[in-house]
Order: sequence, then C-alpha cells, then structure tokens
Amino acid sequence: MRSPSEVPSRAGSSRRLLSLAAPGRRRFFTACGLGVLAVGSGVGLIACAAWLISAASLQPHIAALTVAIVGVRVFALAKAVLRYTERLVSHDVAFRMLATIRMRFVTALEPLSPGALPVYHRGDLLARMVSDVDGLQELPLRVLQPVAVAAGAAALAVSIVATLLPSSAAVLAATLVVAAVVAPAATSWANRHAEAQLATVRAELSTSVVTLLNARADLVAYGAAPQHLAELRELDARLTRIARSSALATGVGAGLAVVCAGCAVWAALALGTSAVRAGALSGVMLAVVVLIPLAAFEALQILPTATLAYGRSRQCGERVIEVMDTPAPVIEPSNVGRLDRANLWPISLQGAGARWSNTHSSAPAAVTDVDLELMPGRTVAVVGESGAGKTTLSAMLLRFVELSSGRYRIGPVDARNVAGDEVRRIVGLCAQDAHIFDSTIRENLRLARPACDDDELRDALRRVRLLGWVERLPDGLDTHVGEDGQRLSEGERRRLSVARALLADFPAIVFDEPTANLDQPTADALVRDLLVATADRATVLITHRLSALELVDEIIVLKNGSVAERGRHDQLILAGGPYAHSWRSEHGRTASGHWERSRNER
Amino acid sequence: MRAIDPRLLRRARSSSGFLLVCVVIGLAIAACVFGQAVTLAMGISRVFLGGADFHGISILLVLLAGLTLMRAALSYLHETAAARATAVVKSQLRQGLMCRFVDAGPSWSSEHRTGEITQLATRGLDALDAYFSRYLPQLVLTAIISPLFVVVVWATDWISGVVLLLTLPIVLLFMVLAGLSAQRRTNDRWRALERMSNHFLDVAEGLTTLRVFGRARAQRRAVQSVTHEYRRTTMTVLRVSFLSSFVLELFASLSVAIVAVQVGLRLIGGSIELEAALIVLLLAPEAFQPLRTLGASYHAAAEGRSATEKILDILDEPAPPLGTRITPSAVEFVAVQDVTVHRADASIATFAPTSFGLRRSEVVALVGPSGCGKSTLLSVMLGFLEPFAGTVRMDGVSVAEADRQSWLGHIAWMPQRPTLVAGTVAGNVRLGAPDATDTEVAAALAKAACKGLDPRRPIAQNGADLSAGERQRIALARCFLRTERGADLLLLDEPTAHLDAPTELHALGAIRQLSVGRFVLMVAHRPAAIDFADRTVELGAGIPEERPMTSAALS
Repeated sequence: MRSPSEVPSRAGSSRRLLSLAAPGRRRFFTACGLGVLAVGSGVGLIACAAWLISAASLQPHIAALTVAIVGVRVFALAKAVLRYTERLVSHDVAFRMLATIRMRFVTALEPLSPGALPVYHRGDLLARMVSDVDGLQELPLRVLQPVAVAAGAAALAVSIVATLLPSSAAVLAATLVVAAVVAPAATSWANRHAEAQLATVRAELSTSVVTLLNARADLVAYGAAPQHLAELRELDARLTRIARSSALATGVGAGLAVVCAGCAVWAALALGTSAVRAGALSGVMLAVVVLIPLAAFEALQILPTATLAYGRSRQCGERVIEVMDTPAPVIEPSNVGRLDRANLWPISLQGAGARWSNTHSSAPAAVTDVDLELMPGRTVAVVGESGAGKTTLSAMLLRFVELSSGRYRIGPVDARNVAGDEVRRIVGLCAQDAHIFDSTIRENLRLARPACDDDELRDALRRVRLLGWVERLPDGLDTHVGEDGQRLSEGERRRLSVARALLADFPAIVFDEPTANLDQPTADALVRDLLVATADRATVLITHRLSALELVDEIIVLKNGSVAERGRHDQLILAGGPYAHSWRSEHGRTASGHWERSRNER
Repeated sequence: MRAIDPRLLRRARSSSGFLLVCVVIGLAIAACVFGQAVTLAMGISRVFLGGADFHGISILLVLLAGLTLMRAALSYLHETAAARATAVVKSQLRQGLMCRFVDAGPSWSSEHRTGEITQLATRGLDALDAYFSRYLPQLVLTAIISPLFVVVVWATDWISGVVLLLTLPIVLLFMVLAGLSAQRRTNDRWRALERMSNHFLDVAEGLTTLRVFGRARAQRRAVQSVTHEYRRTTMTVLRVSFLSSFVLELFASLSVAIVAVQVGLRLIGGSIELEAALIVLLLAPEAFQPLRTLGASYHAAAEGRSATEKILDILDEPAPPLGTRITPSAVEFVAVQDVTVHRADASIATFAPTSFGLRRSEVVALVGPSGCGKSTLLSVMLGFLEPFAGTVRMDGVSVAEADRQSWLGHIAWMPQRPTLVAGTVAGNVRLGAPDATDTEVAAALAKAACKGLDPRRPIAQNGADLSAGERQRIALARCFLRTERGADLLLLDEPTAHLDAPTELHALGAIRQLSVGRFVLMVAHRPAAIDFADRTVELGAGIPEERPMTSAALS
C-alpha cells in the first residue's frame, strides 16, 4: 500500500484520472453539443413566450406575432427531442469508457498474480473492481458533460440578455459564476474530509461484509459473530456520521444556488425597471429580461452534484490507479522469441535465488542458491516444511517471480529472454490452491486444452481415478461444480486439478502438494499414477508428505530457502540427515496402522 | 407497481417521519413559488403597462428578496433531511441483512452467493440514495404540488387550467407505462451486474491458474464481453426509461407553448389581463417541474428500489426455527443417532444411517473414503445442517431443540478449510475467547506447533498470505484455546492434513493432552492420525462399524 506522502499531487492525480477515464472524444462532444442546444431551446422557449405575451398585451395585429408563435412551438419540440438524444449519447459514452477501464484493470491484475495480489482483501478487490470502476463513469456523465453544457448554455443566456440590457447581463453572469463556481467550491471545501473518508470506510465496510459472509461458519461456531456484527455496526455508524456531515455542506450549496437565482431575477426586474423608464429598454423586452435568468439557472441545477461526483470519482480513480500501478514482479522481455521444441533440455536452475519485491509480511519465503536439472522422464521431488520456499521455487520455474541471482535456462536459452507465457507453455503447474472455476467439469478441464474431445477428457479423468465418479453423476461432464468448486469434496477438487494439469501436456510439470487432503491409499495411488502418467516428461513433485518418494530420481530437501540435502531416497536414508529423521517419524508406525490393516481384512 | 413498499416503512421506522417532513417542506416551497410568480407578474405589468418606476415597485422587490431567502432555507432543510434519513435507513437495512445471516446459520446462506450479498449490502444499498433521498420525497412533492398548481392556474385563468388538466394525465399515463417496462429491465440489469461481479471474482481468484494454462488473455476477452453485455443491457433499459422523461419534457414544454400561444391570442382580444397572463406563464412550467424531476430520478431510483426489494425479500424469507433448550453445563454423553443426510446435489455422497456415541477422555477417528460425507456429519453435529433423519444429542437435549449459543459453547471445531479473518495471528487465535491473555495465546500457538509464528503478525482476509500449513496450525491453536476455555467437545476435521510428519506428531500429542475429560471426534485420513485414535467409526455406504481400541493406539 502506498503511504500518504507518495500520493501524487492533486493536479497530477486529476490528469491521471482524465487519462484513465477519458471518454471517446467524438461521441463526448456530440453529447455536449446536444446538451447546449437542449438547454438553449428551453431559454428560447421562455424568452419567446415572454415576448409573445408582452407584445400581445399591446393588442397588435395577429400577423405581427406569427414568428413568435411558431418559435414557441419549435423550441418546445426541440427541447424534448434534443434532451432525449443527449442523454442516450452521454450514457453510451460513459458505458463504453467503463468497458475500456474494466479491461485495462483486469489486464493490470494479470501479471500481479500470484505474488502481488493478496495484498488486497477479496472484498476490497471487489469494491475496487465494481464500485470504484463504476464510480468512474460519473466523471464524464455527471462531471465533465454537465459542466460543459452548463457553461455553454449560461454563455448563450448571458449573450442574449447582453444584447438587450448589458447591466442585467453582467449581474446574470456574476450570479451564474457564483452559483456554478463559488458554491460548488465551498461545498467541496466543506466536504473535503468527509469525501476522503467515504471511499475508505466503504471499502472497510465491504471487507467486513465479505469477512462475515465468508467466515460465517467459523464465526458462528466460535461465538464470534456478535462481535463482528458489532464491528460492522460501528463502521455503519461511521458511514452514517460522514453522510450527515456531507449533507450539511450539500444543503448549504443547494441553498446558495437558490439565492443566486433569486438575485439574478431580482436584479433583472430592478435594473430592467430603471432601463425602461430611462428608455434604454423597450417595455416589451422587460419580461424577456426577467424570465431568461430563470431558464438559465435551470442549467446549473446539477452542478453541486457534479462537484460531489468529481470528488467521488477522484477517490475511486486513486484506488483503481493504485492497483494498476503495482509493479509487476517479473519484467517481460521486449522481443518475443519462441522456444525450439526440439531443443528444450535440460531445463535448469543454476545457483538461482528469488525474493518477492513487495515487502509486506505476507510474501512467500525467499529462496537462495538452488540448483535443479529437469530432463524428460526424470522426476525431482522437493520436500521441506511450510515456509521453506517450496512455493517460491515453483514460482521461479513458472516465471511468476524474477530471479534475484543465478540463471534459469531452457535448453540453450536464458528464460529471462523469453516471454513468460512461452515459458509456461513448456513448464506447467498444478498448484496447491489451483482454482476451480464456477462452471462445469468439462469447461474446467478444457481450460487446459480447449480443442480436446470427450475421449481425451475421460482419459485424463481415468488417470486420476475420477472417471468412475464423473460417470455416476447425472450430468456427467456437464455437472456444475459451483462457486470455487464448492460442490466438490476436497479430494475431488484436487484430483480434478491434477487431471487438468495432465491434460495440458506440458513437457515439464510442477505438482505442488497434489495429495494434501486425500486419504492415504488414494494419495499413494495418485502419486504412483502421476509418476506413470508423466513418465516421459520432466516432473517436479513438491510435497511435505514423504510417501512414494522411493520412486523419484532425486529428492531436494529445502530448509529456510536453501538446499539442506539432496540425493536418492535410499542415499538420504543412509545419510541419516533431516530427511531420514522425518521419514522415520512419518512411516515408523504406518506398517502397523490399522487403516491399512482394515483395508487388507476386507 | 407500488410507489412505496409498505415493508420499507415497517422495517425502517425512521422513513415515515422523514416523509412527513417532506410534505411540510413541499407545501412551503409551493407557497414560495406561487408568491414569486405573483410578485414578478405584478412588477412587470406595473412597469410595462402602468408606467411605474423603481420606487413604484419597491415593496414588490422587498417581497421578492424575502421569498428568495425563504426558498433557499427550505431547499437547505430538504437536502439535509433527505441525506440524514437515507443514511439511517441504509444502516438499518444493512444491519438487518447481516443479522439475518448470522441468525439463520451458515447452511441457510449458502443458497445466496457471497458476491450477490456483498453487492446488495454495499452497492445495492448505495443505490438507495437515489431512491430514498431523491425519488421518494419527490413522489410526495409531486403528489402535492402538481395538483395544487393546476388549481392555482385554474383560479387565475380557467382556460389555461383546462390545458394543464388535459396534459397532466397524459404525462402521468406515459410515466407509469414507461416505468413499468423499465422496472422489468432494471431487474435484468441487476442480474447482469451480479453475473459480472461473480464472473470477475472468479477470474481474479483464478488468475494464477489461468496464467499457468496460458488462458489469461482469453479470459480478459470474456471479462470484456461480460462488460459489453452489461452495457447493452443497461442501454436498453435507458432507452426505455429515458422515454418516460422524454414524454414528460415534451408535454411539459408543449403545454407551456400552448398556454403561451392561447394566452397571447386572448390578450390581443383583450379577454385577459397581462398580469394574469404572466402568472399563468410562470406557473405552468412549475406544475410540470415536480413530474420532470420525478422522471429524472426514476431511472437511478429503480436500481435502488430493485435492491431494496431484494433485501426485503431476503428479510421476509422464513428463518429456520431456533431452539431454546439450554444444554447441561456438564454433559455426560454425546450421541449421534441414526443420522442421514440428503443433499439436493447428487454429486455429494450421502452416507447410510449412522449411530455412535462419544465418551469422555476418548479420541474417536471418523474414517471413510474421500467425499463420503465426514465433514457433512460434523456440520450436522454443529447444528449447521439439518439432518434428513436422526438426531445428535448432548445428554437429553437434541441439536434441533437446543439453544444455539449454549450448544456451540460446548464445541471447539476445526473445519477442513478454516477461514481466517483479516487481523493478526493472535486475533484469529482469540476468535472463540476474546479475553484470553497473551500468555494463553502463546501457549495455544505452541501446542499447535507454531511457536515460530509471531502472534502480532498481520494476516490478510481469508489468510490468503499464509501457506495451507500455517492456516491449519493457526486454526488448531484457535481450537485449542477454545478447548482450554471450557469447550468439551472437539470436532476436528483432518486437523493434520497440511502438516509435515514431526509437526503432525506434535499436534496429535497436544490433542491427546486436551482429550482428558473431553469428547474428541476427529476426521482422519493419514495413518499417523488413525493409529493415534482409541476407536474408529467408519462412515460409508454400509452400516457404520465400531472398532475396538487397538493396542497400538494405547502406546
């Protein structure tokens, strides 16, 4: 998170905001033009009607009024038609802009995962993506366009009055400026603290709501739900207090605008009266001069709202920009060469180390000085306690994190000179927390290989012993797995993600804890199946469970981010180091485990 | 189409008082507008036709200034009252929604998606601003002011009154027609927004997976197409909902034009005075003004009303009945009797009727193949899920009739995928015992083999910044602390699944120590954990078998 001192200057952030939320120029100016004409028609209607009535009271021949009668009707029609068109165009402009921002936001999020994303809470991210990005549509819709239209229409009204009675035009211009500039500025000055807090408290509230919903089972079971409800209530109370204090300023702003309009009308009547007596203004025009200000102020009615909307969209913009400005953990090379499939081997790390650039405490552990060599048909297991750097090692191989030292080569090529996506076509991952998407089993699998047919899907499922289960489901492959795979058991989730990784056919593949949450027989069987299924590929098996490791070609034991020992299973057992110690404590009693026995008894 | 949902007035009591204030302010504003029109008309006609000078209209000018100030004060009052009342109502609805979730229990809420509820409780309620602070008061104002001005215009010049009386109902008719179809489409728009936020969350959480399979770019396109769908839906809504304001604008300006022209023609004939003509010209737009404002706020309000109705629907859903029986403070036995669970979703296995008892100081392992319903059985024991048949009892009290707080007070539960809350490690460990001292927290952490973990370390929502092993150990510490603080039934769902062998042994040792004098039921997969138990209950398709204690477990 950025500290307040690093927040860019107000002007700078306004420029960033405009560059982020710039509406399409052509459509935007069309909308503005339509808006000025619509408000102008309203002014024309009132001016025309006022003249018509004044002139008629002198009882002239009807022919003298024909133009005014037609004018009144044309203005009335034009006002409604123009306003409708303007609204459609301006909303379309805003929504188009929104689609662009959303895309850019997702594009910016992509290189941040998995290393940099968890800084933001799930609820906070939702708030940034939906509320804040939505909030940005206010910028063209309720700020830029109303201001442009109001300015254009006000100028039009002032210039009409100026041709009739310059002194009244001057007062009108002055009151319009006060109502349009001074009153909103005062409102925004009074609301500066409230608006700053509002976005923050809203995000906190959203986070708090998500916590309560996500953790509801844990919270209820531990009797902590009332306390969380109380915290939520406190946040809500804060939000209410902020709303109250900003209501005060908004109210004053609204009052001030009414006073300005009143002043303009009052001055028009007073000055107009003197001008008529002095012969500077024709009496027929008095009503026109008095009534035009009423119509002109109608254009300004939305301005106080525009100031508030600007404050809101600026806050939203800052929070959106903050995410988009998070530096990516890996620098992509400018040239995008492809890897030669015939010349991939060996894939190797030499003296490689990595640490996560964001310094928050949640970053995974750093890794230093690791050597690793992958060849087709060779399996390397990486074991170690949690926090030993196993996950960082897999991130290095997948180019999710930049190497801080050493080299990463794929065949003869330095991986840093190849696009990350290209590296990931060669080196795949089945992560510990692989995401299951809210879709069907088929779609989740086809993510790995969009072109594959059902036979290939069934084959992949068979290899992870999931085919029988899928075939028993009423909807088979078309079964929906629910949000975050909620309708699957933990074991089914895991096997589904392994099947998906196998389907992708990566020449080299990293399995990160593929068997956690599986019962022992299933887990052992799965590891054996994996090793068979990946027999012709290069495999990295990251695990904290020391079972079936006698089958792998090399075991690397990580401790605090560096290699503690390495070798084959039997070598390490003989060496009597940390591996041998852990293996004995895990397997010492397995032989007599009655789960095994009960299985045998059946 | 109901203008005001009576449930809103019932749920949020402050709303009716606010509507009353709106009526009073509305009447006062109407009086000011009328006064201003009469003053201006008199002033103009006296100067233009009567030849009055500045002094001749000085009283009128003073009056005009006074009316302006009064109107300013009224609009200030209206603005502040609306904002305050809205903030209070929003808070009341949000609290109601959240309390409802907690009261109804975890299984009830799983039918409603997290994204949808978050959307409702945050953005949905923010949309209430436009509905409650603009639309509702405007509705009240319109109902008072528009007819009032028609009457006033009629009294001034009955022919103009007839023109207004004819056009106003047409405007109203079109408003209702356009409003009806816009309401339907607004619901579609809400669904689009929900799909969009659920879809985005799914993509954001799965970004790493998408990158692994080189599909991130394709999903980016999917996000774009969902967003464009959102734009299209929204624009369709707007095209219709703006029609209502188009018809309003059209009839409002046309009727002003008609009034102006017919008054002008009658002025030539001398059948109306200039003063009356000007009053009519000034007041005619004011009769439409409230309707126009109402139409302008309708589109924004529809979103707020749609959200409000969803919230009120949720609040009106019947809640599962809450038991009231207090469980005895010293429970002698815990029994699971013939429990079966049916899930609508066939992808989750259903186990056969299961019965077993728990005794103090005994560790029972619940075993069975992955996905056979072990965690589901724990949910039933917690009272989170109603069994299809059978019951769970602590002494004579069954879970269905028990007071939830007193029932759960006995239990320390370690879920399979524990959810950590944003805060610190210590804060999470204290979840079930907020008043625990630092020493107690440290002791619990040590028992759960996370001595190396700083209790003050901040953790993110859901523990997203911790490894699975760390999350599990913190959840264990949380469970241990609650046990120390008086819980006597430990329900542990694979407590050691993510731990390496030495840590697992350490944690099992702590469980053994805590099991003295308490009931322990532990879902187990791994041999070390199964061996450790005194007895196993096997859950499967058949009749569950109880197994005698093994000698290995006693050692």
